[in-house]
Amino acid sequence: MKSIQYVLVGIFFGIVLTKGEAISWYRMQEMFRFESFHMFGIFITAIPTGAILLFLMRKAKLKTLEGEPIEMPVKPYHHGVVIGSILFGFGWALTGACPGPIYAQIGSGFLVTIVTLLSALMGTWCYGYFQKYLPD
Amino acid sequence: MNWIFEPWPWYVAGPLIGATVPLLLLLGNKKLGISSSLRHVCAALLPANISLFKYDWKKESWNLLFVVGLFIGGYIGGSVLANPNPIALSENTQNYLSSFGIQSVPGLMPSELFSWETLLSFKGFLMMVVGGFLVGFGTRYARGCTSGHGILGLSALQWPSLVATASFFGGGILFSKFILPHILAL
Repeated sequence: MKSIQYVLVGIFFGIVLTKGEAISWYRMQEMFRFESFHMFGIFITAIPTGAILLFLMRKAKLKTLEGEPIEMPVKPYHHGVVIGSILFGFGWALTGACPGPIYAQIGSGFLVTIVTLLSALMGTWCYGYFQKYLPD
Repeated sequence: MNWIFEPWPWYVAGPLIGATVPLLLLLGNKKLGISSSLRHVCAALLPANISLFKYDWKKESWNLLFVVGLFIGGYIGGSVLANPNPIALSENTQNYLSSFGIQSVPGLMPSELFSWETLLSFKGFLMMVVGGFLVGFGTRYARGCTSGHGILGLSALQWPSLVATASFFGGGILFSKFILPHILAL
């Protein structure tokens, strides 16, 4: 039953993304063309909120609900961070969706974006297949 | 009761998105990251002896439950509580899009581009099939997306995530400026 909590957090996150219009193709075009503050406002409030809460959690030495020490996320560098992200940026501009919003776009009623999801799965699989031939 | 259908301003949505990072850590040391779900689905359905997909994906099943929630949340936010009015886009964006015949109507996506009919056209194929492929390929290559690098990684002050965020924003900006207009004109 513990797993249901992650469905609930997902529902919460999905509602926030959708009501915040962060899954909207229109809003992404507006952002990439620097024609509105809306999406930038979301990023520049989300990141400090996360950073400050993580900092306070570490200061207070909080533990997880199960009593484990909290592990801070570590993101090592590799060249894929640049190459992969640029390719992802192209796809983001086309679909108006990063991976999270793809799921929410389908849920919001644009059922055709199931195609976007299937293509993203295909892309992920193909990366796995070609990984050994690509620069890391 | 009209307020319930109104879109949320950035200063409400942004902090709530940021707060999801510590929430998941507190619940069970879970790290926000949504492109990982695509990897788990590949590992579950078609691992094909590929090393990237050879791991115990069931240990990461919380991530799949999370995206089930995203789907339901999208339904609640985008359908049940749908904003009855068109998105309040800037006038510049509206003019730009209408020059390609894309009208501002209620809904989060332009149906001129995203529909079953357009899927069969070259334009729709590029937008959904090629676009989706690049999202899946690129995020796995980068080992993270807007949530894993952009929100979680930057919240944890990880410099490689800053490189990733600059790269996917850069990619999106350049693509929107130089290539997308030619696709929209098709």
